[in-house]
Amino acid sequence: MIRINCPVCGLRNETEFTYGADATVNRPALDEQETGPWLDYVFNRDNPRGWHKEYWHHVQGCRQWLVLERNTLTHEIRGCRLAREAGE
Amino acid sequence: MTHYSALSVLRNALSGNRSWGRAWRDPDPKPSYDVLIVGGGGHGLATAYYLAKEHGIKNVAVVEKGWLGGGNTGRNTTIVRSNYMMPGNTMFYERSMRLWENLSQDLNFNVMISQRGQYNLCHSPAQMDAARRRGNIMRANGIDAELFDREEVRRRLPYLDYSQAARFPIHGAIFQGRAGTARHDAVAWGYARGADRHGVDILQQREVTGYLWDGGRICGVRTSRGDIRAAKVALCVAGHSGHLAQMAGLRLPIETHSLQAFVTEPYKPLVDTVVSFGAAHFYISQSDKGGLVLGGDLDMYNSYAQRGGLPIVEHTLASAKALMPCVSRLKLLRHWAGVMDMSMDGSPFITKTPVDGLYLNGGWCYGGFKATPASGWCFAWTIAKDQPHEDNREFTLDRFERGYQIDEKGMGPQPNAH
Repeated sequence: MIRINCPVCGLRNETEFTYGADATVNRPALDEQETGPWLDYVFNRDNPRGWHKEYWHHVQGCRQWLVLERNTLTHEIRGCRLAREAGE
Repeated sequence: MTHYSALSVLRNALSGNRSWGRAWRDPDPKPSYDVLIVGGGGHGLATAYYLAKEHGIKNVAVVEKGWLGGGNTGRNTTIVRSNYMMPGNTMFYERSMRLWENLSQDLNFNVMISQRGQYNLCHSPAQMDAARRRGNIMRANGIDAELFDREEVRRRLPYLDYSQAARFPIHGAIFQGRAGTARHDAVAWGYARGADRHGVDILQQREVTGYLWDGGRICGVRTSRGDIRAAKVALCVAGHSGHLAQMAGLRLPIETHSLQAFVTEPYKPLVDTVVSFGAAHFYISQSDKGGLVLGGDLDMYNSYAQRGGLPIVEHTLASAKALMPCVSRLKLLRHWAGVMDMSMDGSPFITKTPVDGLYLNGGWCYGGFKATPASGWCFAWTIAKDQPHEDNREFTLDRFERGYQIDEKGMGPQPNAH
């Protein structure tokens, strides 16, 4: 069981949360004409074996979107911020 | 190398089983190969086998970081089937099914293929319609499929929950009679022995740590035990495709997720087929040793950990109980997880890559085991001829750019939803 230290609610079980997506992916500007940046945004991922920045939704708690830094090899978490404060 | 037969079993039994030869060699690597395959699981070994057998390319090595079949080949629920309906998938998986049917004879190794049939249960009229459509597409392609109503499913699978209290009432099922199970370890061992017989070098305990480059072209690999040169390098490392591709400068439409499986304590014969629940992600069969083999859903977050989380344990067992109340007092004997290449449309890659000299086989999501024979067969074709076979023509990396995703489940680019 992963336990996530929500900045609002404190330490909670992963069952209260829903995994969102890779938080390092940025949407291109809406007037972007090339397909490459859109392709990267929609489909391609770094998929790191190690530290991964990702969105989680505290859907059965404060309903805030969070940005976690979690290790995909060990499931260790070293950072958890509100997504709107993380500026992402 | 001994040819296995009833006679060889008898002869070795009489001599106390002390004179069996080893099934494959443990050679030192040659300085260079025509084709070097990274990953000694079912897919890599099958690729090596078909390269040698079908295309006469015998100067081949398979490099494995651990032991043969120690990754996802030994971590699946051993189900084989070919009930796919999207163009690009249908005939590929049917090729696999046809290879499975003759695999033990072809390899002279008993892979214990058991065509016990597979039921996909339907729990609503809409699911019955979708099953009818799938079945019609399968039959139009010459693949067996039958649609059963509730009464027929009840006659065939009397141990499911048909009560008024059932959380998801069973409306019927789509059935593929040629589907079934195979022994997953035997698949790796059979292909390894077959490839070795054709002269392929199988190099275990060698982790690939990088590539050798000649200008912009890959011409070999760096391993934990020295460099090996090769004209063509082929990746068969599903679960780890992402970072092996990254070393070559490629970013793939793949995320790595863990998928769990379970075996219960041995029980008297109960489930003589494969049953997939239509209401949640859950499937069940029974091994020859009597253990019920259960599989469930992804853990939903990216993971390379090869171990699963408890929420999915509970979810899977709740599904088991909802479908088959009679299993509620069985104890779990074993529980494990494999790491999946979850591609963005749920379909695999068997293709050349934009990097010269590098070939990719990956993105298998949950479906790698059943695909093993056709995956090796088509990948060998692609490597040998430098162009895809008709059956893996759609499994390219550029299908996303062209807008030709093969989204069998219709979930969109959300890898943990496939």
